[in-house]
Amino acid sequence: MTRSIIELTSTAEDDRVARYAAAAIALTVAEAAIPLPLPGVKPGLANIVILVVLARWGWREAAWVSLLRVFAASLLLGQFLAPGFFLSLAGALASLLALAGAACLPKKWFGPVSTSIFAAFAHIGAQLILARLWLVPHDGVFYLAPLFGAAAVLFGLVNGLVAAALLRDQSSQEAPRP
Amino acid sequence: MPHSISMGTWRLWRELLRPGDWVVVLAGLAACAAAGFWFWRGGAPDGVTVRASGKVFAKADLSRPRRIEVPGPLGMTVIEIEPGRARVASDPGSRQYCVRQGWLARAGAVAICAPNEVSLTLTGRGVDYDSLNY
Repeated sequence: MTRSIIELTSTAEDDRVARYAAAAIALTVAEAAIPLPLPGVKPGLANIVILVVLARWGWREAAWVSLLRVFAASLLLGQFLAPGFFLSLAGALASLLALAGAACLPKKWFGPVSTSIFAAFAHIGAQLILARLWLVPHDGVFYLAPLFGAAAVLFGLVNGLVAAALLRDQSSQEAPRP
Repeated sequence: MPHSISMGTWRLWRELLRPGDWVVVLAGLAACAAAGFWFWRGGAPDGVTVRASGKVFAKADLSRPRRIEVPGPLGMTVIEIEPGRARVASDPGSRQYCVRQGWLARAGAVAICAPNEVSLTLTGRGVDYDSLNY
């Protein structure tokens, strides 16, 4: 038997990213089963995972998890390189930029909820712009912008609250109060 | 869970919101309202009406580009139409207000060249008011 020449060693960071990405992918696939009133309006539950990773491990790992999720979930759902994939990718990239910006806000005043809402707006904004430039070359796509915005506030708030609750519980587990 | 249920679910969730978060939520809702106001008033135009000396001179759709020359007391006003929008391309009036308005792209939008008695109006469904009377 020949020994394998390629040896892959994973760091603790790799394992962490893989675990979080798996959770994000599972949430995306589960979410795809929920019937939705409007195409484009989604809870975006995977973003809860991204928010937790951002707060605990920083932007770089959040970016890894986010992009792994986009690629892997689209492969699982049979959407890879379909229009939906590019919309998803554009949304994820824009959210990551927003997350980088939101991370600079003072922690005392702005928590995961703010971060989540900023990311949700960036997400839907990038998707609308890409849809306008590429899929629907007409300003009619913006007709739904107010609804998408309302969804961004609602789901941004809910996801942010869940992420905040998870972060609080995690930190209280690590450092139990006397 | 370090918090007991008796605290009330509402208070439990509210503790997770920091002061700035409230501001962001309200700003987000305001942005939605602004977007609703901006995108839902009027609507896309489907045609133009050109008036000269108070009478309808021409009606046209906005599907293909063309130019309409409108005679008035001072000379020729040129209306330019492109898919989805229209403008006054040139006018003999001295102040050029209607030319400087540029492209009109919303139903109900009006450009008036008063000296030459020519007006350009975009028509469409859902016009509740014109941009002048409003």
